Amino acid sequence: MAFRAMISSRAIQQSNWVPSVGVARQMSSWFGHVEPAAKDPILGVTEAFLADPSPDKVNVGVGAYRDDNGKPVVLECVREAERRIAGNLNMEYLPMGGSSHMIEESLKLAYGEDSDFIKDKRIAAVQALSGTGACRLFADFQKRFLPDSQIYIPVPTWANHHNIWRDARVPQNTFRYYHAETKGLDFSSLMEDIKNAPNGSFFLLHACAHNPTGVDPSEEQWREISHVFKSKNHFPFFDMAYQGFASGDPERDAKAIRIFLDDGHLIGCAQSFAKNMGLYGQRAGCLSILCDNEMEAVAVKSQLQQIGRPMYSNPPVHGALIVSTILGDPELKKLWLQEVKGMADRIIGMRTALRDNIEKLGSPLSWEHITNQIGMFCYSGMTPEQVNRLTNEYHIYMTRNGRISMAGVTTGNVGYLASAIHEVTK
Amino acid sequence: MASLAFSSTSASPVALRGRPNKLAIGVSQSGACHVSARGSDRKARIFITRAVAVEKKVSRFEDVAMAPPDPILGVSEAFRACTNESKLNLGVGAYRTEDLQPYVLKVVKKAETLMLEKGENKEYLPIEGLVAFNKATAELLLGADNHAIQSQRVATVQGLSGTGSLRLAAAFINRYCPSAKVLISSPTWGNHKNIFNDAGVPWSEYRYYDPKTVGLDFEGMIADIKAAPSGSFILLHGCAHNPTGIDPTPEQWTKIADVLEEKGHTPFFDVAYQGFASGSLDEDAFSVRLFVERGFEVFVAQSYSKNLGLYSERIGAINVVCSSSDVANRVKSQLKRLARPMYSNPPVHGARIVANVVGDPNLFSEWKTEMEEMAGRIKNVRKRLYDNLSQKDKSGKDWSFILRQIGMFSYTGLNTSQSENMTNKWHVYMTKDGRISLAGLSLAKCDYLADAIIDSYHNVN
Repeated sequence: MAFRAMISSRAIQQSNWVPSVGVARQMSSWFGHVEPAAKDPILGVTEAFLADPSPDKVNVGVGAYRDDNGKPVVLECVREAERRIAGNLNMEYLPMGGSSHMIEESLKLAYGEDSDFIKDKRIAAVQALSGTGACRLFADFQKRFLPDSQIYIPVPTWANHHNIWRDARVPQNTFRYYHAETKGLDFSSLMEDIKNAPNGSFFLLHACAHNPTGVDPSEEQWREISHVFKSKNHFPFFDMAYQGFASGDPERDAKAIRIFLDDGHLIGCAQSFAKNMGLYGQRAGCLSILCDNEMEAVAVKSQLQQIGRPMYSNPPVHGALIVSTILGDPELKKLWLQEVKGMADRIIGMRTALRDNIEKLGSPLSWEHITNQIGMFCYSGMTPEQVNRLTNEYHIYMTRNGRISMAGVTTGNVGYLASAIHEVTK
Repeated sequence: MASLAFSSTSASPVALRGRPNKLAIGVSQSGACHVSARGSDRKARIFITRAVAVEKKVSRFEDVAMAPPDPILGVSEAFRACTNESKLNLGVGAYRTEDLQPYVLKVVKKAETLMLEKGENKEYLPIEGLVAFNKATAELLLGADNHAIQSQRVATVQGLSGTGSLRLAAAFINRYCPSAKVLISSPTWGNHKNIFNDAGVPWSEYRYYDPKTVGLDFEGMIADIKAAPSGSFILLHGCAHNPTGIDPTPEQWTKIADVLEEKGHTPFFDVAYQGFASGSLDEDAFSVRLFVERGFEVFVAQSYSKNLGLYSERIGAINVVCSSSDVANRVKSQLKRLARPMYSNPPVHGARIVANVVGDPNLFSEWKTEMEEMAGRIKNVRKRLYDNLSQKDKSGKDWSFILRQIGMFSYTGLNTSQSENMTNKWHVYMTKDGRISLAGLSLAKCDYLADAIIDSYHNVN
């Protein structure tokens, strides 16, 4: 309120400014009807956290990795890559599809070092603006070339998935995924929904470390899903935002994708380097679509570029250079693999610690889902009311769906977090 | 729907091991494949069945046609493929030194060194981008003491260079002014049309280029803007019009503002060359500042690709000057809502470079000097080309429009066939609309280029 008064008093002081010609244009606006947008449910949490003056505050909201001191981390391999590229290269526009070196390395990571699909040039792939950009390119492509298609999205999923396909004007359906009672996978409902969907439907699948639940199908379950997909001729689109981050081993985290590839599916895949390389703000990612043959891959890639051109012309170079420098150099890649495992291990350790701490406090509830779930997030099962209490009474910030970003848990705050959770759930 | 594809590229080795010439393959009505193997063992039959099951999966995107090459970016690709020694790339608007090398500004290198030393983290930016960058970019555009900035009426969101910023604005117009149309100049940068098409915003053209004078068709421009339905968005190039290099004079800008006011149109500026046109940041912002001073609500898309040489970092901004700070806040929140499902938040690196350069008085001053040098080199090249053309061309044609045009580009007045002759005969790569990028021309090559232009203009129809 004081702010407004300040503005209007300033306006009075400067009231000798009037528009140079006639029309009192500042009185009415063309955009007066524009409503304020609701705060983004995820990124809004961090804003609130930053504004909180409490020394006890804990941020387990956004999915950005923190070290055991709660500090953001820039990987050693990234710093080294940056030292190598700084000032050495010009900043000319990348080709529309992005850095070919980065794309090559990304595909090897997702499809396998020796993948025949790569050798046979059957994959249409472009550099994308991290995972979001990759999903959006695919959604726009789907709309343009299969205008009657829809997308099946798991319940729950990362909130922005809904925004992406909605802004791309692709109609959405959902399929059951999370089982609230067990805080695990609702496999039978999942299979039922897959079978009931019309043949040839498009499905969004999280390749590993499902966001927000942390609940992944087992290898056996993935095989069954793939099998039904085949008989229904569904299109599998994988969002892989956590390769390496889930188990600590990128090959293992790509297992679901490899199962589908072995079964002959022609998949789509969005990759992000935001988490596994800590390149969040660099917006480095890749969209790939496996095609029948090289000619088709060339055509599909050209059309993906057409969609990117009126969105941003060509993608940003810096993050791509970091990715290709690291993955293209055996020493740096080895270092990266160690660092990614380190991050994953710390999270797994925190899961164990959190669960142990809550159990030691004598909670009557079951907390085994904390260690059963995988990746950055834990779907705690807490209600919005309980989450509100955590925020208001304990200055603990998380999204209202009860999702805890385990990356924000440290040896320093795990005890405090455990007691708070126990207090609001007992 | 399912068809059997045994083309040589997609057939897996397994199928060949099954000796397909001994197989009878049928496709039933349901699309299931039957394979009967005569006299072959069971194992082979299983291999074949699996191979057939793999082959049965035909791509959903089989009918996707090959997109045409981008008219601008495709030129550079063609240039790279050309092996002739005399080749000249006058296609894309990326600045080159006199040695025709790409140029990383010294201030950019210094800023990057500073950034390496600071060792800042790589966390997500907020959706609206780097706060320090947003402040710097609005002030650069309007002047730090501008009334609109002082009264917080400017909504600024970091965007993916000029393209991304234009796209955000277009998406906003589509959502909040759904019946409105955008008027774009004829000609304009090719990607403008793609942007409005993909954002679902209808557009039409206003006359701009007059081929008879190789100058501005001012009357046509005014007439077409007057004829547009009230409340249209008029896309204007802030300075250094792309592709023609032809800018309105200050007097003409004033008249343009009069017409927009009369019709209740909203000005929508694309500012991709601030500082690069005249060499002065303030001078190049004249047109935008005029409209803001006049009390308009204004959209302005900015890019740092050219003036800071940050092409591939994709750094720019969309600014919306609103009638009140309350409106500006709401507009900004909705711009964010459009950005989130496009790319979540913008890339940090370019934003930090700009913020560091503009935020440090020494670097800022150095930048202005470097920018003057870049703009100066282009002016020199224009002069040399003009001199060469005037000396060599005996027909008496007036080539002085090259001196009057401003910025990176020159509209030569060559038509499509003549432009093609430039490429096919002289290995001069340019866009088919007759546009040449002077940023890709050296003093040393002006002579050769003059020959090429004279030949194409006079000897080709």
